[in-house]
Amino acid sequence: MSARGISDRVAIVAMGCTRFGEHWSSSADDLMIDAVRECLSAVPGMELADVEAYWLGTLGSGQSGLTLSRALAVDYRPVTRVENYCATGSEAFRNACYAVASGAYDKVMAVGVEKLKDSGFSGLTRSDPPGDGTAPENSLTAPAAFSLLDPAYCAKYGVDPADMRAAMTHVAWKNHANGALNPKAQFRSGVSKEKIDAAPLVAGRLGVYDCSGVSDGAACALIVRAEDAHLYTDHPVYVKALALSAAPGRAAMDTGYDYTTFPEVVRSAEEAYRQAGITDPRRQISMAEVHDCFTPTELVLMEDLGFARRGEAWRDILDGAFELGGRLPVNPDGGLKSFGHPVGASGLRMLYECWLQFRGEAGDRQLADPRLALTHNLGGRPGACVSFVSVVGSELG
Amino acid sequence: MTELATSGTGIVAYAAYLPRHRLRHADLAAVLGGRGGPGARVCASFDEDSTTMAVEAARRMPLAGRPPEAIFFATTSPAYLDKTNAAAVHAALGLGHDGLAVDMAGSARSGTGALLAAAAVGGLAVLADVRTGLPGSADERGGADGAAAFLFGEPGEAIAEIAARVSVTAEFLDRWRSPGEPASRRWEDRFGLESYLPLVTEAGQRALKEAGVPAPDHVVVTSPNPLVARRASGLFPARVPAGRPPGHAGAADVGLALADVLDRAEPGETVLLLAAADGCDALVLRVTGRIAHGRQAHPVADQLTAGRDVSYATYLTWRGLLDREPPRRPEPDVPAAPPSARSQAWKFAFTGSRCSRCAFAHLPAARVCKGCGAVDAMEPLPLSATRGTVATFTADRLAYSPSPPLIDVVVDFDGGGRYTMELADALPDEVAIGMRVEPTFRRLYTAGGTHNYFWKVRPVEGER
Repeated sequence: MSARGISDRVAIVAMGCTRFGEHWSSSADDLMIDAVRECLSAVPGMELADVEAYWLGTLGSGQSGLTLSRALAVDYRPVTRVENYCATGSEAFRNACYAVASGAYDKVMAVGVEKLKDSGFSGLTRSDPPGDGTAPENSLTAPAAFSLLDPAYCAKYGVDPADMRAAMTHVAWKNHANGALNPKAQFRSGVSKEKIDAAPLVAGRLGVYDCSGVSDGAACALIVRAEDAHLYTDHPVYVKALALSAAPGRAAMDTGYDYTTFPEVVRSAEEAYRQAGITDPRRQISMAEVHDCFTPTELVLMEDLGFARRGEAWRDILDGAFELGGRLPVNPDGGLKSFGHPVGASGLRMLYECWLQFRGEAGDRQLADPRLALTHNLGGRPGACVSFVSVVGSELG
Repeated sequence: MTELATSGTGIVAYAAYLPRHRLRHADLAAVLGGRGGPGARVCASFDEDSTTMAVEAARRMPLAGRPPEAIFFATTSPAYLDKTNAAAVHAALGLGHDGLAVDMAGSARSGTGALLAAAAVGGLAVLADVRTGLPGSADERGGADGAAAFLFGEPGEAIAEIAARVSVTAEFLDRWRSPGEPASRRWEDRFGLESYLPLVTEAGQRALKEAGVPAPDHVVVTSPNPLVARRASGLFPARVPAGRPPGHAGAADVGLALADVLDRAEPGETVLLLAAADGCDALVLRVTGRIAHGRQAHPVADQLTAGRDVSYATYLTWRGLLDREPPRRPEPDVPAAPPSARSQAWKFAFTGSRCSRCAFAHLPAARVCKGCGAVDAMEPLPLSATRGTVATFTADRLAYSPSPPLIDVVVDFDGGGRYTMELADALPDEVAIGMRVEPTFRRLYTAGGTHNYFWKVRPVEGER
């Protein structure tokens, strides 16, 4: 990949995010309205009519731009609905950024929303086009697909399954501890490692605490030209890199693929680092919000994003490297695990935490002087994914 | 009167398939009371039906190079009505479009009918059944599930020639079932016995006379009436003791009995086969010198002794007699007709593609090579007979499955090709990386009255 990128050409000047969780009394419309109102209220004088175009990300809580335009009574402005599996929210953001960078618009909004708890089912449900009934993803659930990483990782690196279990437990424990400090998180209490280990099994060795929260929620971002950013806020968030990688589907058929990495993540991270001029992510990045859909996912992501050496992430995790006080805090807001995972909103929720941290508004989980943050958002499953990586910063240059 | 031209042809190949699971009679007794005993019945798994077992038996035969011109599929438990089940068997065997495929569905006699029809035209007879009975019934305890396949051809190639055949027919109520019912009704067994014995005697004596065989070496009697099998063997003494039957297997019963005797018969020996079902069919077979190289690889007796126990509650659930709470997940999608038809080679014959430029294997087949990008440069890659190794695995306790948990394994096939598929006939704690597996044709699930047939893998015994 050799995309030119749009580093430092656009900025986020306002954000909104609902509490994530089981919103039995709120519809997808309510959630979008609440997130957008919070976002607009952050900029004095800014009104809905000032926003020139919208990108809406939702996996299944509505179709077409009408989902947003009707809820907010957007007055005949362009609204584009995008969908890219669990990376849907990031995709809305990415396309909105490009629209501003292209010069077509000066002020746009990316909105992500998902209303999962109306289905009556546990976990995500799928809506596939008619098929021949042979695709494994039609039957195998997401936790099961990601649990394939666990035995494969242990086998490749000779990791004792008990150590691997401890590392997965540590990821869940850490993200719950972070989420406990976050008033908008779905789960707001810490969970002991004993409780995590004793949870009922969902798939493979993954128990319920190894899985992200199924929740409702919405998040949004107001995006403007970087040179205009200070018209709206004293603390804009500058977009340094946007990278997306979609699998050719080779790994799922390739006997050379070993289920200990996501090639799409490696590619998208390389591209993002190149756009942002990052050469040593472990030192240059202050914090990361990553797609911890299941605990072994976060473990593998640490290696794919270059935060840990191959075969060593499990040990770094147990050493506390990615805790709030560690060398590179990962998912300080609780992540998908604890903040919850309303699919279309998650990518924007990750950026919301970067927004708060850069502004010093992250409360009890505030990091000391973060400058550069990474968000990583994954859709699909091991073997065939879409992977999004962004790098955002508090300063130009 | 026309005569089925069965003489002058013979059996050139055969194979039987007994499913892996066993329901212990002791477990039945523990739940329902009554006598237990050391026995067990052979049970199809939740993902097996008469069609899948027919495929399993037929694909064990050396059909390569001599595709049968006709397939006659006999069962009392057809997976579909108004749609030919033999067509799925035909497709799973990768036979393309050539030939006849027809069901002979309804009664135990359909099994003999398929054998005689295949003998007449030199085709393939496939007999398969899932036998059900109400809880506590003799049919539940004494039934068996399984399949057997026989390929007929020129006498010069035969492992057993048909020396004589006699059929007699009679109308009386011994056993019957209304379509859709889970169990058969039976008149008093002794009435059936008295009705059958003269028919068996007549057919057997005439057939032996016609064949010029005064004293057969082997005598096999099958009948849905349990008293007939016991009594009729006394009418025709055999030189070689009969094998141990697996239990009454409906339309497959005559096939399993015949396969068992072919497993053991020596060159030159004669076999009197008596199938008493709504009449009686008597066949006299003469085993040829080719039998030594024509025996199936897995004798019926060996398949019978292998197996793993299944609990009675699980068995009842599999047969739809115990309606259990499903996982809180949506039911799977109905396999759609046009995509299923387009992917027939993949879905039914497990054929992918291999790039003719770079050799990268694609499961399912693809038009654009994922290895080198070549377009429409693929060759078929049939993998239904190829073993593989487990690369990684999981047990999905959340997924919808007729028998949770659903076990999925990533399989690397010998010689190239990978697919993520279900593991059949195994428990979660038996799965490991490096485990050897082989494809098996199964019914993944049924949704909206539509069966989703596809391939799974099962463990290969004794290989790592």
